[in-house]
Amino acid sequence: MSNGRHHDILLQGARKFGSTALFLVQLLIQCVPAFGRPRLIVYQVYNTGARSLIIIMLAGLFVGMVLALQGFNLLQRFGSEESLGSAAAIGMLKELGPVVTALLFAGRAGTALTSEIGLMRATDQLVAMEIMAVNPLRYVAAPRFIGGLIAMPLLAAIFSVIGLYGAQLVGVQFLGVDQGAFWSQMQSAVSWHDVNQGFVKSLVFGLACSLIAVNEGYHAEPTAAGVGLATTRTVVASSVLTLLLDYVLTAAFL
Amino acid sequence: MTSSEAPNPASSGSPDDAVVAVRDVHYAVDNRPIFSGANLMARRGRITAIMGPSGTGKTTLLRLITAQIQPDQGEVTVFGQNFAKLQSDEIYAVRKRMGMLFQNGALLTDMSVFENVAFPVREHTDLPESLVRTLVLTKLEAVGLRGATDLMPAELSGGMARRVALARAIVMDPEVLIYDEPFVGLDPISLGFILRLIKQMNVALGITSIVVSHDVQELSSIADDSYLLSDGKVIASGTPKELLASGNPAVRQFMTGGAEGPVRFQYPAPDYTTQLLSVEER
Repeated sequence: MSNGRHHDILLQGARKFGSTALFLVQLLIQCVPAFGRPRLIVYQVYNTGARSLIIIMLAGLFVGMVLALQGFNLLQRFGSEESLGSAAAIGMLKELGPVVTALLFAGRAGTALTSEIGLMRATDQLVAMEIMAVNPLRYVAAPRFIGGLIAMPLLAAIFSVIGLYGAQLVGVQFLGVDQGAFWSQMQSAVSWHDVNQGFVKSLVFGLACSLIAVNEGYHAEPTAAGVGLATTRTVVASSVLTLLLDYVLTAAFL
Repeated sequence: MTSSEAPNPASSGSPDDAVVAVRDVHYAVDNRPIFSGANLMARRGRITAIMGPSGTGKTTLLRLITAQIQPDQGEVTVFGQNFAKLQSDEIYAVRKRMGMLFQNGALLTDMSVFENVAFPVREHTDLPESLVRTLVLTKLEAVGLRGATDLMPAELSGGMARRVALARAIVMDPEVLIYDEPFVGLDPISLGFILRLIKQMNVALGITSIVVSHDVQELSSIADDSYLLSDGKVIASGTPKELLASGNPAVRQFMTGGAEGPVRFQYPAPDYTTQLLSVEER
């Protein structure tokens, strides 16, 4: 790749970062009046949160079950399979819960948000609002952004809880780890600090994923291909950014 | 009939009663000029037709008039206020006095017909629900769709969607109503209905109307003033009758629908025979 193309890609990246940051500022300004219409926000929590519940719960269950299976296999070698509870809990709360939830959120709710807003753009609905003197940033973008921000930590919490149930199911019920040891080890090993770390992560991921989804939809090219492209970009950008931020946050917490 | 050098105003009348005025507007996209010195005005209580072949920037003109974009040069004033000098909340205040009918209706797809028409009322007023209901039903009755309140936009035909959008555009009793291609794709009955409605609203409510279209026949029957756009300029203005009687070949071509004339119908292309005989190029 030539130097010129490197330069172009860098410039494009910087431009994208700048425009997204600018959009975030505009969005945050409109978030204040958006709270004047709590009904819209509640609906968006339902739309992005409640509607993602089934996939989040299913994924949580299976991730927890696999975690227990792998963890048991490893811990057994050292004769410390009782630690399975604490290992599963730490892994779930600090890493898998927030990260996998964010990835699923980007695929399930993020794409829905982008394509919905993109189609509103393509069918002149956003312009029509502008002409009716209703700011679409306040009416359309802000409630969806806030809804995603509220939904993500809740979904991550549910994911972790169901995941721990799955780990217990496999570890205790199937593989015969002592139930008392499983829960008591978990209780002694997990501190509020761990829970908070997971909470902060899910909040940051929620912000990143919702921002990307709303931004891509709002600025989608108003054609069928443009909306499709924006939806793809939402998934790719959200996923990569989630994993990148996860590393940064983990390093910051340690 | 005024010539291209002095296209403003459309007919005799003082510029003081201009509700919308576009003065010497230049606008370019990617260095491709859309407007290079366009002048026109819509006067209070009249129906102003803006006509022109496809691709002459009619939609861009509407975006300028509604302050979605700002001109590179020149000024656009609505109710005597220059958009370029207004803050965004002041622009919203001006827009509250305007209504616009979009070509595709632009109804909000997640709301019923009733909620769509009620939307501006709910957003801008604190009227009690009973009053909102009365207001919405009155406007829906005016467009003949009082029975369709519970339908969703996806269940409407194109013509019905446009009528609902019209009800929504007039629900706040705007002083100016802008129609973007209101006749495209309508059956003769809907077309006649919309045509009468535009005239009625103008006569009965005194709404200043701006109709952008290329349907010469329909427009000529209702318009008080008309402008013909071509190549980024207003090439003719006057009453529809004056335009029809124009000696300007470009105006004649457009008004009578001829393919031959100064307005090119063919998109620029290489020589026909050469292109057919060449192998490499598509």
